Amino acid sequence: MAKSTELVRQPETIYIKPSTGLTALNLSDLWVYRELVYFMIWRDIKVRYKQTFLGAAWAVIQPVLTMLVFNFIFGTIAKVPTDGIPYPIFSYTALLPWGLFVAALNNASRSLTSNTSMVTKIYFPRLVLPLASVLGGLVDFAIAFLILIAMMIYYKVTPTLAIWTLPLLILLTVVAASGVALWLAAINVQYRDVNYVLPFLTQFWLFLTPVAYSAKVISDKWQIVYSLNPMAGVVNGFRWALLGTDTGPNLYMAVSVGISLIFLITGLFYFRSMERTFADTI
Amino acid sequence: MATAIRVEHLSKRYRIGATQTKFRYGMLREVLVDVAMTPVRAFKAITGRGMRGANSVTNIWALNDVSFDVQEGTVLGIIGRNGAGKSTLLKVLSRVTEPTKGLVTVRGRVGSLLEVGTGFHPELTGRENIYLNGAVLGMKRSETERKFDEIVAFSEVEQFIDTPVKRYSSGMYLRLAFAVAAHLEPEILVVDEVLAVGDAEFQKKCLGKMGDVAQQGRTVLFVSHNMSAILRLTQEAILIEKGRLVKRAPTQEAVDYYLSAGHSEAGERIWDADEIPVNTAPFTPISLRVKDRRGKVVDTIRSTEPSTLEFEYKLSAPTTGLRVGFYLSTMRGEYVLTSFDTDEPVQFEKFGSRTAGHYISRCTIPADMFNEGRYALGVNASSFGVRRYFMDENALAFNVDISGAPGTHWPEQRAGPIRPRLEWKIEKVE
Repeated sequence: MAKSTELVRQPETIYIKPSTGLTALNLSDLWVYRELVYFMIWRDIKVRYKQTFLGAAWAVIQPVLTMLVFNFIFGTIAKVPTDGIPYPIFSYTALLPWGLFVAALNNASRSLTSNTSMVTKIYFPRLVLPLASVLGGLVDFAIAFLILIAMMIYYKVTPTLAIWTLPLLILLTVVAASGVALWLAAINVQYRDVNYVLPFLTQFWLFLTPVAYSAKVISDKWQIVYSLNPMAGVVNGFRWALLGTDTGPNLYMAVSVGISLIFLITGLFYFRSMERTFADTI
Repeated sequence: MATAIRVEHLSKRYRIGATQTKFRYGMLREVLVDVAMTPVRAFKAITGRGMRGANSVTNIWALNDVSFDVQEGTVLGIIGRNGAGKSTLLKVLSRVTEPTKGLVTVRGRVGSLLEVGTGFHPELTGRENIYLNGAVLGMKRSETERKFDEIVAFSEVEQFIDTPVKRYSSGMYLRLAFAVAAHLEPEILVVDEVLAVGDAEFQKKCLGKMGDVAQQGRTVLFVSHNMSAILRLTQEAILIEKGRLVKRAPTQEAVDYYLSAGHSEAGERIWDADEIPVNTAPFTPISLRVKDRRGKVVDTIRSTEPSTLEFEYKLSAPTTGLRVGFYLSTMRGEYVLTSFDTDEPVQFEKFGSRTAGHYISRCTIPADMFNEGRYALGVNASSFGVRRYFMDENALAFNVDISGAPGTHWPEQRAGPIRPRLEWKIEKVE
């Protein structure tokens, strides 16, 4: 409509209009703003342990303390079966992806509401905020992973060849976390109840995930229902890849992967369709 | 010249009432209660009991069928009262919020400055915040790197660039924030009132920078309540009133029209409920009047007689530290004076704390004060250093007639906004 032929250099044309129906994901826009994702991750990491005495050690202290408590209750007192693996390393291996998942939910669900001024004053793909929160957890994950390596040396656990699948399993954790986090973040813009629901949600979810116990205690009949929890597949995968348990990829893990993808895709569309009102409702 | 921005029939609706009680600050519980109460309410509505309209949805058209074009390289001013829809327009143009109807075609990258320092983190250093804020505003990292020294120099905080910004004074913080924003180089720049920050010296520098941007042939949309800034930076302006575009004209004409328009009851301004921002509580403005010596509401005062300015308002709760006062400025936007009802310490002791109720703050303008012309009267109610409850810098306009004033036997225009009757003594030396 503009006389573009008059221009030597043609700047891009943007159309601003009410969106109707199912909003396109427009992931290319997210790509344009990839540097912002990087900077938001960087900001979160820089700020996370500012003015704390122990600093980044907290990334290690949290899972280690949880592991010690679990070890006392489930390992020493309840003596849950662990497929012959020492209980501390058995639970710590699961606590790593679980910690990544929980941190992602906590940070991402607040990512929009704690950056209100950005949401109401500046244009950028809103997906940047929850995405950066989820990815920012990978740094803590990496730090906590060092302890696992030390434990593997101490308990003389040799990783299996399946260790090459570890990046894929981490990716699966990120996908599962992002899917749930997108739903929570978008709902939280309108209903701050999410902040109150989340502690319960993660607590119940922990019970439904084989972190403190082995997934084998679930009877076969219920395995398929149990694997609807994407984190069940993740934890089984981690133990398989790192400790050599026989909980490797099977039908149940395929279910977990499928569920994760469903969460991610529906989460993306829900988030995008709510995005248009974020600035008005936040 | 090509069109940089084409706005066609743009409308934006906000739902208030139900939105505010049910959704905006919504809690699920309230929705559940509301759902449970629905049959009760329906019953009440049928039987005619209960508060009518208490729960109804009200639609506010913050923008209503606005259309205009902006040519490339134009600096367009946007003026209008508080709540007229200026900020909503900028928000739609910068894609922060979606329009309800209409279409905007924008050619080029839009940089928006609706606020400075968005995304700044207090724990990070000045240096880190420059990079972060640059990314937030859509600058590439390489671009920020290239302009880094320039930004630091502009902000005048070189010494503290590696100090966390939470240790900065508010002035330093704003200077740094503006410096980053000012070095954005989009084809189209959208600016909202950000110049109203910092000290006078820095404001001048900001205005200078804005002028440079305009010189480079980029398209700028500029919202401000500062009429002299608008007059200085823009050649053309649009006036928005209650969501509608009511005038587009060369800036001086638009400003004159704005400052004198909409006061059909000459010499008096009465605030409608929808003209008052939501967060003024406990203060509610009612009316503002200019009266002559005999107490008659007038549009034109005589400079040779004293006149009275009256501001009527309500306080819904006891308020401490309150001051209510006037701004007076010329049609060119230059301030002539600012005065508050509790400027005298004795008055402040007596009326600094006011109980809830209905008040009038009244002051007398002495005779022989103003030069001839038209003046804008603004109002302000605030607690110093605590909160500004209400402000309208262009609440009312009035004329000054100088017949009989000193020097009127020479038919000439005298420069300057004041025309006091000074005591002259003429002495023959020697």
